[in-house]
Amino acid sequence: MDIKQLEVKARKIRRDIIQLIYDAKTGHTGGALSSTDIMTALYYGVMNVDPQKPEMKNRDRFILSKGHSVEPLWCILADQGFIKSDELKTFSQFGTRLIGHPNNKVAGIEMNTGSLGHGLSVASGMALAAKKDQASYRTFVLMGDGEQAEGSVWEGALFAAHYKLDNLVAIVDRNKLQISGLTEDVMGLEPFLDKWQAFGWAVVEVDGNNMEALIKAFAKEHKVEGKPKLIIANTTKGKGVSFIENQPAWHHKVPTEDQYNQAMKELGLVKGGKGHE
Amino acid sequence: MNKIANREVINNVLVRAAATNKDIIVLASDSRGSAKLGPFADTYPDQFVEVGIAEQNIVGVAAGLAASGKVAFAVSPACFLSMRSVEQIKVDAAYSNTNVKLIGISGGVSYGALGMSHHSVQDIAVMRAIPNLTVVIPADRFETEKMVEALLLEKGPVYARVGRNPVEDVYDSLDYEFELGKAVTLHEGNDCTIIACGETVRIALDAALLLEKEGVQARVLNMHTLKPLDQQAIKAAAKETKAIITIEEHSIYGGLGGAVAEVTAQNNPVVMKVMGIADEPAIPGTSREVFDYYGLSAEGIKAAALKLI
Repeated sequence: MDIKQLEVKARKIRRDIIQLIYDAKTGHTGGALSSTDIMTALYYGVMNVDPQKPEMKNRDRFILSKGHSVEPLWCILADQGFIKSDELKTFSQFGTRLIGHPNNKVAGIEMNTGSLGHGLSVASGMALAAKKDQASYRTFVLMGDGEQAEGSVWEGALFAAHYKLDNLVAIVDRNKLQISGLTEDVMGLEPFLDKWQAFGWAVVEVDGNNMEALIKAFAKEHKVEGKPKLIIANTTKGKGVSFIENQPAWHHKVPTEDQYNQAMKELGLVKGGKGHE
Repeated sequence: MNKIANREVINNVLVRAAATNKDIIVLASDSRGSAKLGPFADTYPDQFVEVGIAEQNIVGVAAGLAASGKVAFAVSPACFLSMRSVEQIKVDAAYSNTNVKLIGISGGVSYGALGMSHHSVQDIAVMRAIPNLTVVIPADRFETEKMVEALLLEKGPVYARVGRNPVEDVYDSLDYEFELGKAVTLHEGNDCTIIACGETVRIALDAALLLEKEGVQARVLNMHTLKPLDQQAIKAAAKETKAIITIEEHSIYGGLGGAVAEVTAQNNPVVMKVMGIADEPAIPGTSREVFDYYGLSAEGIKAAALKLI
C-alpha cells in the first residue's frame, strides 16, 4: 500500500474501532485511536504476516505491550482475515475470544498481554530467538508512555541493548496522557529520548499519526547495526475524533449515540449510505 | 551420603540433552554459579543466556524464546523467581501457554541463615493457584533426573523447585516409574498415610520405618507433582487409612497440606496433620536445624501419627 492507501485504511480502522466500542459499550477509546496509525502502518505497510498462515516460521512478530489498546488490533485482524468480521460483534461479550486485551487463542496474536511492562522482555526473547536461528524476521513491540513507569521495561531495555538486538523495534505511543492525567504530572518521563539513548538504543522521534513518517521509521534500511531501535511516536490521544482528542476522560469511555454519529462523520462515513471517503 | 545436589543434576541432564537438542536454552539471572550451570554455559555458550539480576526479565525473555520454538529453562533462586516475577509467570508463562521451565533453585529454607528474604516457603501456595502451571518438587537426585527428562518432553509451563544441598537418596536408582501428576507409593500401609514432597520424602520414609517398629503400618506417598495433583492417590489414602499427615518444606498455609486437605475435605473427610514451616519468618539455621525446630523429622512425624490414630 502507498501512503495514501494506508491513510484511507487507518480511517477505516478508526471507524471500525468506534463501531466496536459503541456496540460493546466498553473500550479504551483514547489509546486505541492514538495507536491506530502505528498498527495500521505495521500490518499493512511493514510486517510480513499472512492470515492464511498465521504461524509461518519467518513471520514478523508484533507484541502489543499496551494490551488495553487492543481495539485496533481486533479490527485489523478482522479486516485482514485472521478472524471473521462477524466475530467483532462478540468483543467484550460473555465467553468471547475477543476480550479487552490480546488473546493468543486467536490466530495472529503472539502473546497474551494486559499487565503493563511485560512486552519488551517477551519481544526481546523473540528477537533473541531469531538471532539464534539466524532467521530474518523482525519483532515489533508497542508500549504506552504511561507504561514506561514500570521497572520491568527498563530490565528489558538493558537486555535488548546488551544482546545487540537490532532486529527488535520498540515503539512508544507517546500521547502524553494516562488515565490520571498528563504523563509528566503523574510520573515524569522527560528527557525521554535521552533515557533510551543512554540505555544503548537507536532512538528516533516521529509524528506517530503521520503515516509517511511511520513507514520511514520502520524501514529496514534505517536499522542501526548492533542496536535495538526505539521509535518515540508522538501521537494525539483520541486522534481523529475532535471531541475525544487529548481528553484523559476518554481513556476508557463509550460514545453516546450523538457522539457516535459525530465521530463516524468526522471519520469519513457518509450518513445513511454505505459509501465513505 | 549422596554428595550430588539436585541443582547439579539439572545441569548434567541439560548438558546431556543439549548435545542433540539445539532448541534448549538455559537462562540465568546472575545465578550460573549458584545454579551449578557453569558446565552448561561453558559447553553450550550459544544456548546459554545471562540476563543479570532481573527476575521479571528472565521470565519474559524465556517466554519470548519459548514462543519462538525454544525450550526455555529459566534457572534462578526460588525465593526471587517465585515472588519477584510472579506476574510474568502468571501472564507470560502460564496464561500465554509458553514452553517455559521455571527452575527455582536453593528453595525452601536452603538459605536458612540468610533470613526470610531468601526463603521460599510460599511458592507452592502461589504457583499452584495459577491455572495451566505444572508444579513439581523432586525428592532426590534420581527423581530430579527423571523430572528434567520429563520436562523436556512435556510441552507447557512448569515451576520446579529444588534445594541447595545434596539430599539423602530416597531411591537407589533410576529404575522406577516417574510420571508427572502421579504420586509414587514408597511404603505400603493402611494405618495412616504420610504424604511428602521434595526433601521431606526421605524423612517420611524414615518415619514409616520408625512407626513399623511400633506396629503401625504407614503408607508413604511421594507427591512430587503438586499440580496437577494426584487426587486418586489422595482419595484412596483418605478412604483406606485412618489419618493423613502431610509434611513439606513450605508454609503450613496453602502448600501440599492445603492441597491434600482440599481433596479430602470435599471427598473423603479424614483427620489430618499439616506439618511445615510455621506462619512466621523461619528461624535462622541450617536446613536440618530449621527442619528439626519445626518438628519436620522422622520423630516428629512418628509423634504426630501416634497421636492421630
